[in-house]
Amino acid sequence: MELLLNLVIYLPLLGIAGILALRNDKATKWISLVATSATFLLSLPLLFSFDIANSGAVQYLTEGSNIMTGLDIKYLIGLDGLSLLLFMLTTLMGPIVILSSWDSIKKHLAGYYSMLLLLQTASMGVFASLDLIVFYVFFELSLIPMYFLIGIWGGKNRIHATVKFFVYTLVGSLIMLVGLIYTGYDAGAAIEGYKFTTDWRFLSGDGYHIGLVEQTYLFLSFALAFCIKVPLFPFHTWLPYAHTEAPTAGSVVLAAIMLKMGTYGLLRICLPLFPNAFVEFAPYLATLAVIGIIYGALVAMVQKDVKKLVAYSSVSHLGFVVLGLFAFNTIAVQGALIQMINHGLSTGALFLIVGMIYDRTHTREIEDYGGIAKVVPVFAVMFMIATLASIGLPGLNGFIGEFLILNGTFSSEVLPQNAFVVFAALGVILAAVYMLWMYQRVMFGPIKHEKNKKLVDLNAREIGLLVPLVIFMVWIGIRPTDFTQYSEVQVQELLESSNEKRVAIQQSADSEKLPQWASNLYDVTDELASKMENQ
Amino acid sequence: MDSATTLTSLIIALPLLGFLVNGLLGLSSKSFRQRKALIGTIANLTVFIPFAIAVYFFINMGQDSAPIFVELFTWIEVGSFSVDIAYQLDQLSILMTLVVTGVGFLIHMYSVGYMWEDEGYWKFFAYLNLFIFAMLNLVMADNLLLLFLGWEGVGLCSYLLIGFWYTDMANSAAGSKAFWYNRVGDFAFLVAMFLTFQHVGSLDFDIILSSLEAIPADDKFWIAFLMFIGATGKSAQIPLFVWLPDAMAGPTSVSALIHAATMVTSGIYLISRMSAMFVMSPEVMMIIAVIGALTAIVAATIALTQNDIKRVLAYSTVSQLGYMFLALGSGAFTAAMFHVVTHAFFKALLFLGSGSVIHAMEHVEHGLHEEGKDVHFDPQDMRFMGGLKEYMPSTYKTFLIATIAIAGIPPLAGFFSKDEILAFTFNAGFAGFAEPLYMVLWGVGIVTAFLTAFYMFRLTFGTFNGEFKLPEKISEAAGAEKHLHESPKSMTIPLWTLGGLSVVGGFLGVPNFLLSTFTHQEEHINLLHNWLYNVTADYELGLSHSVEWILMTVSIFVAVGGVYTAYRMYGSGATEESDAKLADRFGVFYETWKEKYSLDEFYEGLVVHPIVRWSDKGLAKFDMKIVDGVVNTVGGVVRLFGSVFRYVQTGVTSSYALALVLGVILVLSMLIL
Repeated sequence: MELLLNLVIYLPLLGIAGILALRNDKATKWISLVATSATFLLSLPLLFSFDIANSGAVQYLTEGSNIMTGLDIKYLIGLDGLSLLLFMLTTLMGPIVILSSWDSIKKHLAGYYSMLLLLQTASMGVFASLDLIVFYVFFELSLIPMYFLIGIWGGKNRIHATVKFFVYTLVGSLIMLVGLIYTGYDAGAAIEGYKFTTDWRFLSGDGYHIGLVEQTYLFLSFALAFCIKVPLFPFHTWLPYAHTEAPTAGSVVLAAIMLKMGTYGLLRICLPLFPNAFVEFAPYLATLAVIGIIYGALVAMVQKDVKKLVAYSSVSHLGFVVLGLFAFNTIAVQGALIQMINHGLSTGALFLIVGMIYDRTHTREIEDYGGIAKVVPVFAVMFMIATLASIGLPGLNGFIGEFLILNGTFSSEVLPQNAFVVFAALGVILAAVYMLWMYQRVMFGPIKHEKNKKLVDLNAREIGLLVPLVIFMVWIGIRPTDFTQYSEVQVQELLESSNEKRVAIQQSADSEKLPQWASNLYDVTDELASKMENQ
Repeated sequence: MDSATTLTSLIIALPLLGFLVNGLLGLSSKSFRQRKALIGTIANLTVFIPFAIAVYFFINMGQDSAPIFVELFTWIEVGSFSVDIAYQLDQLSILMTLVVTGVGFLIHMYSVGYMWEDEGYWKFFAYLNLFIFAMLNLVMADNLLLLFLGWEGVGLCSYLLIGFWYTDMANSAAGSKAFWYNRVGDFAFLVAMFLTFQHVGSLDFDIILSSLEAIPADDKFWIAFLMFIGATGKSAQIPLFVWLPDAMAGPTSVSALIHAATMVTSGIYLISRMSAMFVMSPEVMMIIAVIGALTAIVAATIALTQNDIKRVLAYSTVSQLGYMFLALGSGAFTAAMFHVVTHAFFKALLFLGSGSVIHAMEHVEHGLHEEGKDVHFDPQDMRFMGGLKEYMPSTYKTFLIATIAIAGIPPLAGFFSKDEILAFTFNAGFAGFAEPLYMVLWGVGIVTAFLTAFYMFRLTFGTFNGEFKLPEKISEAAGAEKHLHESPKSMTIPLWTLGGLSVVGGFLGVPNFLLSTFTHQEEHINLLHNWLYNVTADYELGLSHSVEWILMTVSIFVAVGGVYTAYRMYGSGATEESDAKLADRFGVFYETWKEKYSLDEFYEGLVVHPIVRWSDKGLAKFDMKIVDGVVNTVGGVVRLFGSVFRYVQTGVTSSYALALVLGVILVLSMLIL
């Protein structure tokens, strides 16, 4: 099984080799489809034989040897409860994005499909790596194909969009790199005979404590990179550009997979490594998340470009995920995890749908549509289902995530103010407003433009792309436990152990050595006072 | 599976199956869409069989039977949160199930004829079945979250069916409006659930209701209050009722089923279900009563100025729902449910009757077009009607029955239920909390009763009495009456069935004092009270028999007075002349009523437009100029510094990217090898 996991991750690269060897447009498409489909099929056994009761333990582990004596950097790949579903979502989206490009991409096919395949490998790598250096490598690697996908196959303003996307996220991750190297040395010093380690199992365990001052800086360096990636308000401005200019497949992967790397990073790294900072900064980041929910929704509401509207809706939806993570309890974090999947499915579907109509009309302006439901009834139904999933209708997936996040946050000890939930829940009203209003203007009313009367409804390939997503939307909506069970045990354990670690660090903190701001922030002044009394 | 589980599953699953079959086959197969008889049969059977099963459950259930719990599977289980797809069959839910499937079936049957010529026939029945499925989840759920699934599900169907004729933008806009106003209520409902779970640790009704003491009094107030706000959305009360009149854009049978008989009563059901908690917060009870009474009179005053036959009925529905909330707020949960049932009969009948009339008027328009006359008029405007009783006897007679019933003339259905509500409101005037206020509310209820009788007879007289006015109004339409026809049997049978129910429905709740006055002992002839005794937490009715007699006499006088006044003014069918007199008499007031208190304009002007404008001109600009501007400025400054290092910096991002790829490959290969 360890081999299978590696095979799954690198299989798309084999596809690239095939594409470059054959250099034939038709073969390129088929090779890509076969490679991604095989990736998906081969990944299924990983899901089926996953040990749910032990989701806290890393499974299918491949552990390489250290790069150098004393430097514990190694090839460390495996899946656990936190990563399994996101990994599976990535393999599922693989063939879907390939098929979505089938007729719409007409230039440089070899390059285009190679980039999609490379992106596939990089994304799987991000979710499967358990050494932070390896994680970082895949994290960065995923930037490059996306950079080219937007820059070469994108819309009119693609250069501006892709440079902004690339530089913005790169700046974030370079700051993270500094934090990462510091963490590596700091943790290495804690082990006998080592200078450096980035083994997540050690870093997140209770054998390694990071001091409060260091935690603050490290947390901020990591959190900044992840919050840009999510993107959390106010770091989101690259997203509307990137989404609008990207080709359909790029938008789908960006929304469904790449944005999740940010929220995943917060959960995988920031929470267990820097629990004190995570908890103390929770109210601030949750505030940004709630602002993002409402702000993203309001700005989405007034967009004139369908794709931009969906892009801003992502800012709003991912605000829910971030809120859930910082609520720091099982219900909310589980809600956040399932909401990552949900957003991938419904926003992925929405971008596919927008892409399908764009292929026919070459416009994304809401104004250029109106009344087309009559001409393209199947399209209308698919669009409606994705819209309803996106606005959190009970019975579909989005509701489960939002409900668990809000319900969990309401009882959160870290975010005790009910205002977080009350304001976030306003997003539920606003989502219905901007999505249904858009749907109404695009689909209903009399047909506004003569040329839209001849629109062709979805073909079998397009229906086939959407049906699996719809099935999962309904499945998660009705039986979410089939999905949440994979992370249940690990989330509980992780939250418990991180909290114990947090308390231990706080109690053992020596207030005399701490600067004033740190004692205040982490509430260690009481001890200081009692020590003064003793003297 | 035991038989209860099987049967319950069937009740729930059949309408869903009907939706899937008609929806999927209709979407994919052109030839299936033409098989209207088949589509209609599927849709009707998948509602009728659940009705039959519900009757079976009802027969086997006594008033003291314990509830039957049917658990199908675990829905959500995360951490300490767990909720099942599980149903609860007790006296209250079976009553609602009977109404939903029974009245629902009659309306399905009616729709076969009513929608026959519509090209979206298959889609209509698919939506209608989906609605029944959602509504059954709402009334049978054993927990708040599953109820909420039904709650939003019926909202979805309402949205889809209001905008059923979506090529007219006004219809789609009305659908969206309904969804949005409902979402405002749903937002409050959600927060109420969070609060409940925080204190109780469960959303199951029986657990919540048996651990009410775990909720602090303050939060009990908030939970009840927020749930009530949720109810004002779904059940169209002040301040959220404005969506319901617009919802009349949907096909008329939808108005009958969703916007009169079933969905809009969800809020009343919810509060009755949670009545044990509501009675612990007299403040919330008072708020409910005030809002209910206010809605009742506000909607009634609007109703008497409208000329669109369906809009009159829509405001009438809002007003009657207001009565039900007045009942809830007065601790008369049984009376509220009683009015839900009787109202379902006569209001569904009124809507179906109006549909029959509209159907006929559309045929007139159609017939005139075939004669080559280019005549256009609004087939719902009663100013073009009049004298229809000659041409449509069944529609007229049944419509009249329903009008008498809603007007509160004994012994028809509406009389008993409305009288009970008013008696309990009066009774709440002695219950120890805000006593004088309840007395005022009783007065409001009495005035509304007068108005109800008045505007309903204005509508009936205007539509059916006097001369057919279309030929007078439009000279080209001379001889149009020959196109007037009674509707087909499939439409009149449901009319007569509901007519029968509107006559006898009141006997479900004959007040006990009518008998005990004569026998001088306690009597229990109020069937509905006996039936719901264990489920709802009604206030004790502490009035003496003589007071009850007086109250009943007063309501009869008021109702008869309303009918008589309407007869004097409108009996001859002189609608417009008499309206003008009313307008003169009431001046500014009449204007206000006619303008519907300008509530829509108020919301549009004060909430919707400012938010949209501010988002567009403010936030969206702010996002582009400020938030993104800062990013660009930072980038620019860095580039300025960077120009020093221009020899390293080639300025071509792709070469960085290339360097990055090479670096990545190097590191990865070092690690793997």
